[in-house]
Amino acid sequence: MSKTPPGDAVLAAFARYDDASQPSRVVAGYPNTRTRTPAAAPVVYAPGLSEITGPTFDPAALRPGEDNLAVAPDTGRRAIGQIIVLTGRVGDEDGRPVRHSLVELWQANGAGRYIHGHDDNDAPLDPDFTGVGRAMTDSEGYYRFVTIKPGAYPVPDSGNWWRPPHIHFSLFGSSAMSRLVTQMYFPGEPLNADDRLINSVPDAAARERLVCRVVENPLAPTPALGFAFDIVLRGRAATPWIEA
Amino acid sequence: MKHRPVPPPTPSQTIGPFFPPHLIPPGANDLTSRAPGAPPAAGEIVLLSGRIIGEGGKPAVNALIEIWQADAAGRFDHPADRRNTPVDRNFAFWGRARTDGEGGYRFRTIKPGSVDGASAPHISVTILGSGLMRRLVTRMYFPDATLNESDPLLRSLDEARRRRLIARRKSPRGGEGEELALVFDIVLRGEGETPFLDD
Repeated sequence: MSKTPPGDAVLAAFARYDDASQPSRVVAGYPNTRTRTPAAAPVVYAPGLSEITGPTFDPAALRPGEDNLAVAPDTGRRAIGQIIVLTGRVGDEDGRPVRHSLVELWQANGAGRYIHGHDDNDAPLDPDFTGVGRAMTDSEGYYRFVTIKPGAYPVPDSGNWWRPPHIHFSLFGSSAMSRLVTQMYFPGEPLNADDRLINSVPDAAARERLVCRVVENPLAPTPALGFAFDIVLRGRAATPWIEA
Repeated sequence: MKHRPVPPPTPSQTIGPFFPPHLIPPGANDLTSRAPGAPPAAGEIVLLSGRIIGEGGKPAVNALIEIWQADAAGRFDHPADRRNTPVDRNFAFWGRARTDGEGGYRFRTIKPGSVDGASAPHISVTILGSGLMRRLVTRMYFPDATLNESDPLLRSLDEARRRRLIARRKSPRGGEGEELALVFDIVLRGEGETPFLDD
């Protein structure tokens, strides 16, 4: 193990993603995956400083309460739905914590509706739920959000494909190579088995890693459902390439 | 302490059509300062615009485009850039924008320096959107940059594909002063497809 002092970023090396544990780029029954996926093979190149560096975010830019979606910031009223506490650890491929790193989260409300101009679902909006949150991982790589469990919703013009309840995550990690946008699913949901996006990942064990697990409620005795979702970002510890 | 094998990276999933506008605040596409009204970054200002286009010339509406680049001196504000030269802490280095109804996007930034004296000045581009199960990554290069001739990535492409990574100058317009106006269209698939990088 390295002797990295706390708070110091670990310099990392990056391998290309393993295709079996990443989704196929073209998905049956999801037409946009065909019209937007490049036909040509990607250009193999040597990543340089532009790739092994990446954006970092000032924790001071986050306002208190951005990690709590269950309570409306302006009114203090509680959103409709089952309160959940979502915790998890963000690590790299060597198991090192990804520290002080921005996590963005968004989701549908309890009825399966997003606040977004492109959501044509006729399910009602919840005036006390924005569906968007941000948090920084702590010095051990852990994040925590309080929110409500999202509802399922139908995908337009898809032959009654309903997306299972899910929460979107956007992470940056230690470099531009570790950027990840994904979706987290809930255990035991009947819609999971036939979901076209979950099933786009060839490897069954990798699909399982998109599903959170039930954990004890960290807010007890305040009632809430506890879930945990750990995330692994690309990158392994390495000696730096560039010293000048 | 428990030692368990670490699984491979978590699978990507599409960003979908509902990325919250709240996460693209005003100024997210302006890298020339850290915040609206904050001191300006050094360097030549670049007004970058373009369209993201899918198969058949159809605009990629509601896609997310993120850019990452060095400052005017070719430095990054990141621990992996261990050089002793100064970093422009007024520069934002990163920004994001959402494409409009025509697939259009725009950024205000500065022209980066070469990061190592060998690779040509460039902007790293990430595209996320509905239908993209994994992100797409490419680079935008600058027209008339001497180092374009020797840039390893550009040199690895044939002439037609190489040209697609180099932005073009917008026809000169009045009132834009010294700002460099560039256009970089990104074709996700089909005629004139943009070269994307292995990820």
